[in-house]
Amino acid sequence: MEETRSRELKLLAQKIRLETLKIIASRGNGHIGGSMSIADALAVLYGEVLNVDPKDPLKKDRDWCVLSKGHAGPAMYAALGLKGYFPIEEAYTLNDYRSHFPSHTDRSLTRGVDLTTGSLGQGISEAAGAALGNKMQGIKSYVYVFVGDGEADEGQVWEAAQFAAHYKLDHLIALIDENGRQLDGSCDEVMSHGRGIAAKFDAFGWNVIEVKDGNDVDEICDALLLAKKQEGPSAVILHTVKGKGVTYVEKTGAHSSKPSKEEWAEMLKEAKEKLAAMEGSL
Amino acid sequence: MMYRLSEKHEKDLRPCCDGYADALLEMMKENDKVIHIDCDLMGCIDVGKVKAVFPDRVLNAGIAEANAIGVAAGMAATGMIPFVHSFGVFASRRAFDQAYLSAGYSRWPVHVIGSDPGVTAAFNGATHMPFEDAGLYLDIPNATVIDPCDYNEAFSLSRKLLNEKYVTYMRLIRRDHIQVYEDGSEFEIGKGILLKEGTDVTIIASGILVYNALVAAEKLEAMGISASLIDMHTWKPLDEDLLLKDVAKTGAVVTAENHQVSCGLGSAVANVLIRKLPVPQEFIGNQGRFGQCGPQADLEREYHMTADDIAAAALRAIDRKG
Ligand SMILES: Cc1ncc(C[n+]2csc(CCOP(=O)(O)OP(=O)(O)O)c2C)c(N)n1
Ligand SMILES: [Mg+2]
Repeated sequence: MEETRSRELKLLAQKIRLETLKIIASRGNGHIGGSMSIADALAVLYGEVLNVDPKDPLKKDRDWCVLSKGHAGPAMYAALGLKGYFPIEEAYTLNDYRSHFPSHTDRSLTRGVDLTTGSLGQGISEAAGAALGNKMQGIKSYVYVFVGDGEADEGQVWEAAQFAAHYKLDHLIALIDENGRQLDGSCDEVMSHGRGIAAKFDAFGWNVIEVKDGNDVDEICDALLLAKKQEGPSAVILHTVKGKGVTYVEKTGAHSSKPSKEEWAEMLKEAKEKLAAMEGSL
Repeated sequence: MMYRLSEKHEKDLRPCCDGYADALLEMMKENDKVIHIDCDLMGCIDVGKVKAVFPDRVLNAGIAEANAIGVAAGMAATGMIPFVHSFGVFASRRAFDQAYLSAGYSRWPVHVIGSDPGVTAAFNGATHMPFEDAGLYLDIPNATVIDPCDYNEAFSLSRKLLNEKYVTYMRLIRRDHIQVYEDGSEFEIGKGILLKEGTDVTIIASGILVYNALVAAEKLEAMGISASLIDMHTWKPLDEDLLLKDVAKTGAVVTAENHQVSCGLGSAVANVLIRKLPVPQEFIGNQGRFGQCGPQADLEREYHMTADDIAAAALRAIDRKG
């Protein structure tokens, strides 16, 4: 990818990280880990790949972005806010009474959210349905869907995989967040994936594209562009780090975090300093 | 049955879910067939301490609730005694056909624990807020359904589940809650608790609304109204004897549940009364709306579950006696 474009996407990813932290900080605790692992992929999607218009969030030929791992809502709100769907400050009300920004993405509450998720496994089926619905109506847009590696325990994920391959949904692209951890610990301890999630998608008839560093915007971008050219549905396997970029969370890979005041201050400081350093080098 | 009402009405410092985890530990010590299967939510109800003692009998099925209940049924068929936990929404809606057929209809004792009932799901929001979980289990003909109100009740009733022959469902508050009963209190499945005897109206509550109902009864008393209060921790089998005996005296009823009224405690009570002793009944609970996120206190107001709401409903029920 072009040098400046790559640097801009990295910058956007860091902005998403900082805003995600601010959003979760407004509540005081939340899913920092699983939000951070997809910050780079969200930057590539919203900064480069997606055909979307924040002024017309429901335009017919838009690309869709679905968070099947709905608990990473804060990262999505950061990406949407920075893209201009709403003033980002509105999202500093995470989970407040009557807030439009619940932890889990909800299409009836938040501008720019395409499908409602939160019950793991459901988003990928909904995304497959959207891809098929678009296809049947001659709409050429793509549907991107984030799936967690813990989420991939759900049988529904594989029912959706089977369906998507059967109907040759070549405009369905799943981004698998392989951060190696779910709520109770590592996926290997809690519920292992046999020969691996990639091998499973392959066996289900999907194109599988492995991204060695799923927190690297260049690698992600290349993989998504490649996925768009394939016949049939594609699974882009992002090998990521839970909590990426936030030392406090990266250390433990915690699913949900409840940092103290001091820890919050430290995390925000770290994110701001990283952003300033990047802006300086631009 | 031995229970003592706590005088203090203070926040219990123990998370309510420890009532289950502590009971589980005792049951595992006493009976080597007892196992716990979780769906990647062990961390949410602190069964880690039980796993530390019995690493081979606390299992994780991953984020796959329907399979977990199916597996539990198969294990029960071999004589094991499985407890299965997930959040209430997933332990019911997500796995209901398995609960109904593999466990219920097949007549295996599978004990399902659904945490974060109703508004206690609070910040986890709409997708995680079960208002129909217990209602679904009520519809399984041989199921036992329980909605405990505090640590001590959850502890005692968890242990009693061991005697049940068929599928059971227990709602489990996770953390903050008011202590209603003193330590050492004992409860029986299917036996409601008459917490207060009155003459004007019978309030029937369970779960977090037992405490709100206690406060409501005090408010009513200050207004010169004498209310009975029943903690109906078991929704099924319902304690009809206690219900009918008390309502025969008062002639008016308020049911109070942290659940949809269309399919919960209120409708179970109405089902009995309308046939055997028709009296005016008012329903406190979710009146047919979806969940939403927010602090529990705000949500109790939003869904009209506060002590004031219960007291006002009591006045309406009395008014309708005619
Ligand atoms: C059906 C269902 N079961 C359980 C949960 C509770 N839950 C939320 S996140 C999570 C762990 C998810 O792990 P993973 O998919 O790997 O997410 P990530 O690591 O990307 O945060 C669990 C068990 C849920 N939201 N939905
Ligand atoms: Mg994960």
